[in-house]
Amino acid sequence: MINFEYVKANSAKAASEARIKNGASQFIAGGTNLVDLMKKGITAPERLIDINALPLKEISLTAKGLSIGALVPNSVAADHETVKTKYPLLAMALNAGASAQLRNMATVGGNIMQRTRCSYFYDTTMPCNKRNPGTGCSAVEGYNRMHAIFGASEQCIAVHPSDMCVALAALNATVQVSGTKGTRKIPFADFHRLPGDTPQLDNNLQVGELITAVSIPTNTFNKAYYLKVRDRLSYAFALVSVAVALDVKDGMIRSAAMAMGGVAHKPWRLFEVEKLVSGKPISKELFTEAAAMAMTGAKTYTHNQYKIKLGKAAIIEALTKATS
Amino acid sequence: MHMEEQHHCPQESRRSFLKQSTALAALATASPLLVKAAENEEKINAYFEKLPLQLEINGQLQNLMVEPRVTLLDLLREQLGLTGTKKGCDHGQCGCCTVHVDGKRINSCLSLAVMNQGKKITTIEGLANGEQLHPMQEAFMKHDGFQCGYCTPGQIMSAIGCIREGHASSAEDIREYMSGNICRCGAYPNIVDAIMEVKQGGQKL
Repeated sequence: MINFEYVKANSAKAASEARIKNGASQFIAGGTNLVDLMKKGITAPERLIDINALPLKEISLTAKGLSIGALVPNSVAADHETVKTKYPLLAMALNAGASAQLRNMATVGGNIMQRTRCSYFYDTTMPCNKRNPGTGCSAVEGYNRMHAIFGASEQCIAVHPSDMCVALAALNATVQVSGTKGTRKIPFADFHRLPGDTPQLDNNLQVGELITAVSIPTNTFNKAYYLKVRDRLSYAFALVSVAVALDVKDGMIRSAAMAMGGVAHKPWRLFEVEKLVSGKPISKELFTEAAAMAMTGAKTYTHNQYKIKLGKAAIIEALTKATS
Repeated sequence: MHMEEQHHCPQESRRSFLKQSTALAALATASPLLVKAAENEEKINAYFEKLPLQLEINGQLQNLMVEPRVTLLDLLREQLGLTGTKKGCDHGQCGCCTVHVDGKRINSCLSLAVMNQGKKITTIEGLANGEQLHPMQEAFMKHDGFQCGYCTPGQIMSAIGCIREGHASSAEDIREYMSGNICRCGAYPNIVDAIMEVKQGGQKL
């Protein structure tokens, strides 16, 4: 690992100022992704700004909903009584990600900031537009079994790796950020980007902006399920995943929130499918129709055609599990 | 902590902070600086070499000097000779390097040592009480929870964390919450048995 300076920030503002002052600096919280990227030479910051001393470790329930501080470890959020009982979809998604050790280290803010696990992004001997803009995408013609089927470009077909973010996208979360000019709120759907011609940009944060918290509106759903399909039963990234939250009464779906993981450069919200299932009685036919609609417009590559069939099956399974 | 240090890392010469020589002195013994207001920036722009670090490792206070890039795993193994903690993948994928930081299990290969200032670290060497093995060590021996033994220190540290966290209520639960520890020999069934026995023993771990 190339050496770097290490400083600790004592306020969000000071952290942002330090970040802007040195363009080659990065914030570090849990470090589970960043330290790995630095070991592999994918990123080489001149300075790390340790933000762990900032007071961003609270989970609080208010009249408007839930607020989770950016520095809350994934395991603390997953095991928090309020999260488990009032936002079970989030707890399930958190527990589907990484391992127990990593969840003890990784923070909620860091989870949102984690980078793709595309094997070509990680292989510094191969071209990658996300790592080295303009060099090309090795995955388009390469071994693209894990790659995107929605929203990709010829510049990048990588997927976002997070499970937690799929649940947050479905639950209409908001990302609270702080910068040198003040604070702002970014709706979760607008936080991450599609690759387009700038796949090096994962999200819409401005330089120096720091995630301080995630807020989720009051939960109006009474059924939830997070289904993750992967190469082994635990501790692997998703091939596809489906987050489902439903408000069900007397066998009728009154409202729905759904998103998929493992299929796009960002958590893939299923707005049209939500509309389709809302106001309709639970039935196998409805779930089959929902699955077909969700996969409309998918674009596959040589090795990931299976994701269409798998995605449909996963949606039917997640809806069935949520309602049974 | 002088300008000569540049010679050790010629690849760093492009780096802007090395141009700022005035502040390079007087930092060797300071505790990690806090980023304060922007006007202090020039002075902060000097950290590069070893930083002082105080840790409690297996009950012993250690005052160390560590480069920022050194992981907790490398500090334990290379600087302190605590080689019980193993380096498997070095990328957080195998769990061999699992230790406890303030009682919680983590992958020491992905933790920068300097980020653990003031914390209590427990490694496999810190479990036994003299000749008296920790109950989890006893259980792994009794149930033959290993073959080659390379993953075992990480498995044992993780197993203790698994019970402490309240995630060892069933064999299925244990398999899920122990999934961050890979065993190439495939001793999983016996590892689960060992953890179940310790859990059922009800001892405080």
